[in-house]
Amino acid sequence: MAPMKLYGATVSWNVTRCVVALEEAGAEYQIVPIDFATAEHKSPDHLARNPFGQVPAFQDGDLHLWESRAICKYVARKHKPDLLREGNLKESAMMEVCLEVEANQYTAALNPILYQCLVSPMFGGTTDQKVVEENLEKLKKVLEVYEARLAKHKYLAGDFLSLADLNHVSVTLCLLATPHASVFDAYPHVKAWWDGLMARPSVQKVAALMKPSA
Amino acid sequence: MAPVKVFGPLLSPNVTRVILSLEEVGVEYEIVNVDFNTGEHKSPQHLQRNPFGQLPAFQDGELMLFESRAISRHVLRKYKTSEVNLLREGNTSEAALVDVWLDVEAHQYDPAIAPIIYQLIVVPMSGGTPDQKLIDESLEKMKKVLDVYEAQLSKHKYLAGDFVSLADLSHLPYTVHFMATPFASVLDSYPSVKAWVHDLLSRPAVQRVISQFPKY
Repeated sequence: MAPMKLYGATVSWNVTRCVVALEEAGAEYQIVPIDFATAEHKSPDHLARNPFGQVPAFQDGDLHLWESRAICKYVARKHKPDLLREGNLKESAMMEVCLEVEANQYTAALNPILYQCLVSPMFGGTTDQKVVEENLEKLKKVLEVYEARLAKHKYLAGDFLSLADLNHVSVTLCLLATPHASVFDAYPHVKAWWDGLMARPSVQKVAALMKPSA
Repeated sequence: MAPVKVFGPLLSPNVTRVILSLEEVGVEYEIVNVDFNTGEHKSPQHLQRNPFGQLPAFQDGELMLFESRAISRHVLRKYKTSEVNLLREGNTSEAALVDVWLDVEAHQYDPAIAPIIYQLIVVPMSGGTPDQKLIDESLEKMKKVLDVYEAQLSKHKYLAGDFVSLADLSHLPYTVHFMATPFASVLDSYPSVKAWVHDLLSRPAVQRVISQFPKY
């Protein structure tokens, strides 16, 4: 059976979000790099995989997907459904809430910080500190909610690891590469949750993949 | 069995999304208003329901949920019938395509269409003047998004395939408001998209919900 294909560069936290899921699910996969420098993401070949010309894109046999979280869910459903708890209405409902919160609250605040600190300098731009500060304040409000939740449960959706926890990994690994990693220090339960995730072999593997090559 | 409770006004697009799902599966529900204008969404009582102080929140027995797409998924999973299967979770490929187009709605469609609705409907409500430049920019973005939708809907009856799903219905809250603006005619250049919108609007469950919307 052909390995699944994930299209995109590992510098993209949307691409590595999927790598975490693939690693945790123990799926056989292959990363096919897409070269932004030559606008390969806007080539007809790539537009056939993702009509919005973005990364990641994904292929499993005849199935073509895009949108990182949709890809992660598919991989989990197929190879490690326990990450979704679809057999348990209450657990799966909480998991769905936490998946949405990652996208709409946590990553929504982190994205502008990562863009300003990591992406803009890559293209010779500057870091807009005002944007960083505004979004750090938003992120802290989110972390307050997470702190309250993780004081009561080992993981976000309950006392079980789920896709919701894993979907946070790639952006949080990127946060560590900015000057603002210490924002977690004021939230001990969040920090403990993160340290637990960092210790997972899948996360270690993705962290190594994301390091820019010397 | 007590009706489920939805906290927030029907007209708020994220609340509408949940109501549409409840109507599709035919579950009894009660809408409990939360007054945005008096800041009730930030009250301690509401923060117990939604720690981010947003709308909607939802209660089903002892289960308290928030985030409209999570609530909708729960409703459609728990109350699905042989006739109403809007998540397609029995089929991993179909379910995956539903997930793709739900994310496309959130990341591509809504961000293009929301500023237009905000400028044309919300801004005048507080006595402001719509920002025409922002509207024009949003219309250009929206047309690029609609190009992709037109291509997809000329091949399939619905977004995830030839079956209706939450992915289609999730587009309705913003689309209904857009259709009430003078720019509804933008859809005339996208015949497959226009047909898809009209098909969805004609669903009995959808009619029951939008008949309660004011005609602007």
